[in-house]
Amino acid sequence: MISSVNVTFEQVRELAQRTVTDVRYPIVKTYTLDAIWVLYDRVLRVDPHRPDDPARDRFLLSKGHGPSAFYAVLAAKGFFPPDWLDDVASLESPLGSHPDATLVPGVEMSAGSLGHGLPLGVGLAHGLRAKGFDSRVFVLVGDAELDEGSNHEAIAYAGAIGLPNLNVIVADNDSASHGWRGGIASRFEVNGWSAATVDADDHEALYRSYATAHPDRPHVTVAVHRP
Amino acid sequence: MAFRADPLTDDLQPLTMRDAWASHLTDLVHTDPRVAVVLADISDDLFEEARKDHPDRVINVGIREQLLVGTAGGLALAGLRPIAHSYAPFLVERAFEQVKLDFEHQGTSGVLVSVGASYDWAEGSFTHFSPRDVALFDTVPGWRVFVPGHAAEVPPLLDRAVAADEGVYMRLSLRHNENPHAVPDDSLLVLREGNDATVVVVGPLLDNVLEATADLDVTVAYTNTPRPLDTVGLRELAADTGDAIVMVEPYLEGTSAWLVSQAYEDRPHRLLSIGVGREELRRYGTAAEHERLHGLDAAGIRARVRRFLGLA
Repeated sequence: MISSVNVTFEQVRELAQRTVTDVRYPIVKTYTLDAIWVLYDRVLRVDPHRPDDPARDRFLLSKGHGPSAFYAVLAAKGFFPPDWLDDVASLESPLGSHPDATLVPGVEMSAGSLGHGLPLGVGLAHGLRAKGFDSRVFVLVGDAELDEGSNHEAIAYAGAIGLPNLNVIVADNDSASHGWRGGIASRFEVNGWSAATVDADDHEALYRSYATAHPDRPHVTVAVHRP
Repeated sequence: MAFRADPLTDDLQPLTMRDAWASHLTDLVHTDPRVAVVLADISDDLFEEARKDHPDRVINVGIREQLLVGTAGGLALAGLRPIAHSYAPFLVERAFEQVKLDFEHQGTSGVLVSVGASYDWAEGSFTHFSPRDVALFDTVPGWRVFVPGHAAEVPPLLDRAVAADEGVYMRLSLRHNENPHAVPDDSLLVLREGNDATVVVVGPLLDNVLEATADLDVTVAYTNTPRPLDTVGLRELAADTGDAIVMVEPYLEGTSAWLVSQAYEDRPHRLLSIGVGREELRRYGTAAEHERLHGLDAAGIRARVRRFLGLA
């Protein structure tokens, strides 16, 4: 049994290998693990003993795909037992190929259909501020997921009003069918966002971007993975 | 180019349902910290002051309806009671996956308030019509549907919508009855008693039904909360009218037929559904003219009810 205290990245990677949810997206499992691990290990203010703390930070896995990495991190951090990873997507398992927030402690958003996390994140960011919390919202999207127009509604609006507690992580494995001419970061910057582009497996660079101060605007981290 | 009608205001009413809703909602924003308003430009002018006071609870996302409902879903995730608003086809039909996934699938709920109804802005034509909206909400378990028939019915319905745990769809219209009717709960309000049929009428078509049936021996019952439909009350009323039932609805004809059928699994009954037709008319004109074309004016309703009763 892996303890949730002082878990190493290598141990989390072993946990992720126990799941079989990403047979359609095998590469997703590894590079999203880096992005999610650094977030939970060094940045997010969440407590597995108080998963419903209203003042907690929120992480939304918008694209839904790649839950093996997410589940592994949640198990490593003690949100549920690692044994749950052994029968993912079975009839009796709360862990499916797309996460369900009503079934899994620590999951903030039921996901799977592309283009929903960022608009939900906008509302969450507003709502947490309205309640007087300094909580932050992090939304992970894929570069192909950005094809969905709903994301661009959210990017334009959040940038225009300068929603400072909203953060986006783009897991960029160059899978968008028509690419992003001019680069993904520029799509955000032109809308008033702060942006950083980093290597997807560079944990220090990921951390620096996540921890970047952006008091008057939202921030995007483009985590680039090129196989 | 001069339009004959403003799609959001009605010169015939001193106060529209939308005005009554915005005024009462502004009061709620100031007094209830759970209440949040999300707009997509439509009606933003009615909330300018409230937005200055509560910038994170009165939000205008611009003309972005997916974001409109998604943002409302996010506010619900934060524990607030969001009220999202726009023209009916943009709020409901364009963003229906957001209703399904950003509320239902998240295990949360909110209040969606539309204007425009089935043909309020007839000059605007099909792009601004939404007769199918209530039928769509029937596919989402547990959502309530409120259809006021007068501006004075709006504030108490809004209070109920904000207090509810379930999702609520409020359908505001420029069509209205001459007088408001107080319906304290989800029960049918009996306005006239008869023997040959029970006529249930929803919201702003009440006056047309009362005129259409003035000399007919029928029971007339009114509701402005068609979901949940008071099928227990309907069975009790219809038992005294030979289980002959007429449903008159200001949206897609037959929308409530499945509920009546479900309520009558154990008992034979006859049902006449009167509502907005399924075909696109491809006509402009006025809302009153579209009401007539769909057979929802008093003459049209009267003719169909008389045929149903074997009088014509």
